[in-house]
Amino acid sequence: MRLIEVLGAGCQKCQYVEKVVREVVDAAGIEAEVRHVTDYGEIAARGVLSTPGLAIDGTVVAAGRIPTREQVAAWLGVS
Amino acid sequence: MTTLTLPHRGVPLLAVAMLGTAAWLVGWFVNLPAANWLAYDVLALERGSHLGDAVAFFLYDAPKVLLLLTGVVTLVSFLRSFVSPERVRRALAGRGTAPGTVAAAGFGVVTPFCSCSAVPLFIGFVEAGVPLGVTFAFLVASPMVNEVALVLLWGLFGPGIALAYMAAGLSVAIVAGLVIGHLGLERYVEDYVWKIRTGVAIGELRPTLEERVGEAWRSTVDIVRRVLPFVLAGIAVGALIHGFVPTELVVSVGGRDNPVAVPALVVLGVPLYSNAAGTIPIVEALIGKGLPLGSALAFMMAVTALSVPELVILRRVMKPRLIATFVAVVATGILLVGYGFNLFVA
Repeated sequence: MRLIEVLGAGCQKCQYVEKVVREVVDAAGIEAEVRHVTDYGEIAARGVLSTPGLAIDGTVVAAGRIPTREQVAAWLGVS
Repeated sequence: MTTLTLPHRGVPLLAVAMLGTAAWLVGWFVNLPAANWLAYDVLALERGSHLGDAVAFFLYDAPKVLLLLTGVVTLVSFLRSFVSPERVRRALAGRGTAPGTVAAAGFGVVTPFCSCSAVPLFIGFVEAGVPLGVTFAFLVASPMVNEVALVLLWGLFGPGIALAYMAAGLSVAIVAGLVIGHLGLERYVEDYVWKIRTGVAIGELRPTLEERVGEAWRSTVDIVRRVLPFVLAGIAVGALIHGFVPTELVVSVGGRDNPVAVPALVVLGVPLYSNAAGTIPIVEALIGKGLPLGSALAFMMAVTALSVPELVILRRVMKPRLIATFVAVVATGILLVGYGFNLFVA
């Protein structure tokens, strides 16, 4: 079970990141919990200064941009 | 939702870049004749008429601004892949107040800023030990002085005004940062902010050149799509001003002889939520009608640097007293810029 967290206070870009992540997860057929972290304090506590951020299994892999499907797949090790 | 296509791996990067540049240049040079032809020949509007001038202005300005935006945003997005807020924070945390404030304002120019990121950014900076004043210098400079504003000003008015705006904007940010830092307002930051312990920043991977270019192009499409409605609305308003508003009106209301013109424009600018890209076409039309430079710059700064939505978002980390100080300090700076330019620039 992988844990994928989208860090962002519900802006449009953050929704898009979640969509990208879900597509990759569905396509690869892996078991993952996709969560949306909207608390500003927690986002900052994770070291993310510009949203949207993305964390996989607790490690922040991207901040301030929308990753591509290929990048997400690579981070999940399913490419 | 369409996916954004990237240059294929097989296609050489250089070829894509050269083709793009060539297409851009062609667009740039056929724009004026094409706009005139469309307005006066195809639509058969009369040259010199109110409607004809307004339509021609719109048809010329819209593609021109779009071209400028696409070209420059691509370039800056590429350069930007080398500077992230995380890095800026690291660079600012160890400095003294004065050099830190100057550096923060400078970083604000090149760092992307979206008001939805203002809060995590603020918390992250303050937590990392960046002084409050330095953080504010960054928060002021970032939305006000950026590449989009600079390039549009350069393209529409020439380098003089662009550099004047940049110098004025940086000065406002630096002075605001120094003043706020000097006032010692730390206790007006919401208490929970101080309790957050920020984690380690992300392990940054070094992207390849191709990834940087691809990333730059995708963020360009994103930025242009986001600011385009503002730009088109701005140009439409500008076109109306250009075609219909009499010069005498602008001069008598906003001119040097009216001492309250600058504060009035600042007050008018704050509730307007737009970015630099949407404001500049309006300012272009107003300057064409005789609005003095200082008043125009003050209006632009008020629209971009002080916006109600951003203040609402910042309320989550700042107590009202700090927000009020922030607004007062920045507004004072903008007023000084407005009066200064009106006084000293002919």
